[in-house]
Amino acid sequence: MSTPDNLRYSKEHEWLSATVDGVATVGITEHAANALGDVVFVDLPQVGATVSAGEVCGELESTKSVSELYSPVSGEITEINQDVVDAPALVNSGPYESGWLFKVRVSEEPTDLLGADEYDAFTQS
Amino acid sequence: MTSEQGSTNDMRDGTPPTAGSAPRRTPLDAVHRRLGATIAPFAGWDMPLRYGSEREEHLAVRQRAGLFDLSHMGEITLTGPGAGAALDHALVGYLSALAVGRARYTMLCAEDGGILDDLIVYRTGDEEFLVVANAANAERVLAELRSRVAGYATELRDDRDAYALVAVQGPAAAGILGRLTDAPLAGLRYYACLSGTVAGVPALIARTGYTGEDGFELFVPPGDAERLWDALTDAGADDGLVPAGLSCRDTLRLEAGMPLYGHELTDATTPFDAGLGRVVRFDKGTGDVRFVGREALARAAEAAAGTPGRALVGLVAEGRRVPRAGYRVTTPDGTVVGEVTSGAPSPTLGRPIAMAYVDAEHGEPGTEVAVDIRGGLEPHRVVALPFYQRPR
Repeated sequence: MSTPDNLRYSKEHEWLSATVDGVATVGITEHAANALGDVVFVDLPQVGATVSAGEVCGELESTKSVSELYSPVSGEITEINQDVVDAPALVNSGPYESGWLFKVRVSEEPTDLLGADEYDAFTQS
Repeated sequence: MTSEQGSTNDMRDGTPPTAGSAPRRTPLDAVHRRLGATIAPFAGWDMPLRYGSEREEHLAVRQRAGLFDLSHMGEITLTGPGAGAALDHALVGYLSALAVGRARYTMLCAEDGGILDDLIVYRTGDEEFLVVANAANAERVLAELRSRVAGYATELRDDRDAYALVAVQGPAAAGILGRLTDAPLAGLRYYACLSGTVAGVPALIARTGYTGEDGFELFVPPGDAERLWDALTDAGADDGLVPAGLSCRDTLRLEAGMPLYGHELTDATTPFDAGLGRVVRFDKGTGDVRFVGREALARAAEAAAGTPGRALVGLVAEGRRVPRAGYRVTTPDGTVVGEVTSGAPSPTLGRPIAMAYVDAEHGEPGTEVAVDIRGGLEPHRVVALPFYQRPR
């Protein structure tokens, strides 16, 4: 699997896109999606809700487990991916593309996220 | 993202593997790794959980065929003129009455009636039986059987390392296996077995499984396991046979309403608690066979015939959150009436399902209940088991 260079990563296995016009996109990594197995349910924060970096903002259920979703960034939710709510398997088939989870109006740029190489090293350690 | 429930927790087995000991590897371990399986420790073994999508594997078994490595299961052979009588004493079933070439689902119970394991016993000869135990319980089944059959005219052999166990399950299983053997599969009934050769490999061929589908379990010498696996893979390619892991095996058995030791069955439950009182044969022999647990089980039978306390039922979720083992079952307004023992998203039904013990008064099909899923009461409906029955 290849970890995209243009994203930043949390140790809780979320990715964060570059901020464009104040808004960034969040999803979970391919590593996390593979570890979960088939995702069958995603619970996402509501549009307009405020999320805080490092805090729980939703959950993902797979066949064998349920996992908490942490926001890698602080800000206000501007959009959620309704396609992934309707078809959670998108998280497995395209974690970095069609399986994105939500968009945030960033209130504060995080400083503790990992680059692709750092994240790969983290997951392989 | 952090996992609240690890991938193997939900398949807890009651007896964790000995701390510090490396997991054992089946004779097919290298095959699984080559196939890129997700491998996890289970009952002291490194086992393939899934090769790709467990949902796809599940649906393949329902619609076509799946190939399983079940070599972790524990085999014990009893031979001798007293083998049947010894098993009548040691187990709750009536094994001496089993015809040669037939199999029976049965249980090993403690003196207090609690279930120590559920087993399948195959009668492979006049004076020969093969007992198959769950991997997690194999050690204690072996120890219990050894002590219980002492004094009978039988010899007990630990055959755990004598076999690899490969299962081919699904509607296409008979056609696929038929290409590799001259054995008369058409005449082999469900829960029957025969000795034969599959792809040149000597095998005990049994029409058994744990998926709710037609299928076969093949007990073969470990050194031949890879050859057999490859031959089945090739023979099944056109039928859409896929390798299938333990993850889908769990959802397949759950849909089929089959209990799993450590979940629906424990040493604190009797066969009657689990609605499986029929496996206890008080009428074995002349009706006075002294089998282990008899007195306690007779009391349990009487209690079950009176006012049943709890019933094992099926639950179907109205929503999309998944009820998991250990979650509380409540009335719609939150009074606790039971506990989930197994739960998963059902690929066949397209919604989450569970098995649960609930107070009998809330166990009627159609009853509306809730499951406390991490603090939220999620509506569920009680249904009769099984959730799925194959078309015949």
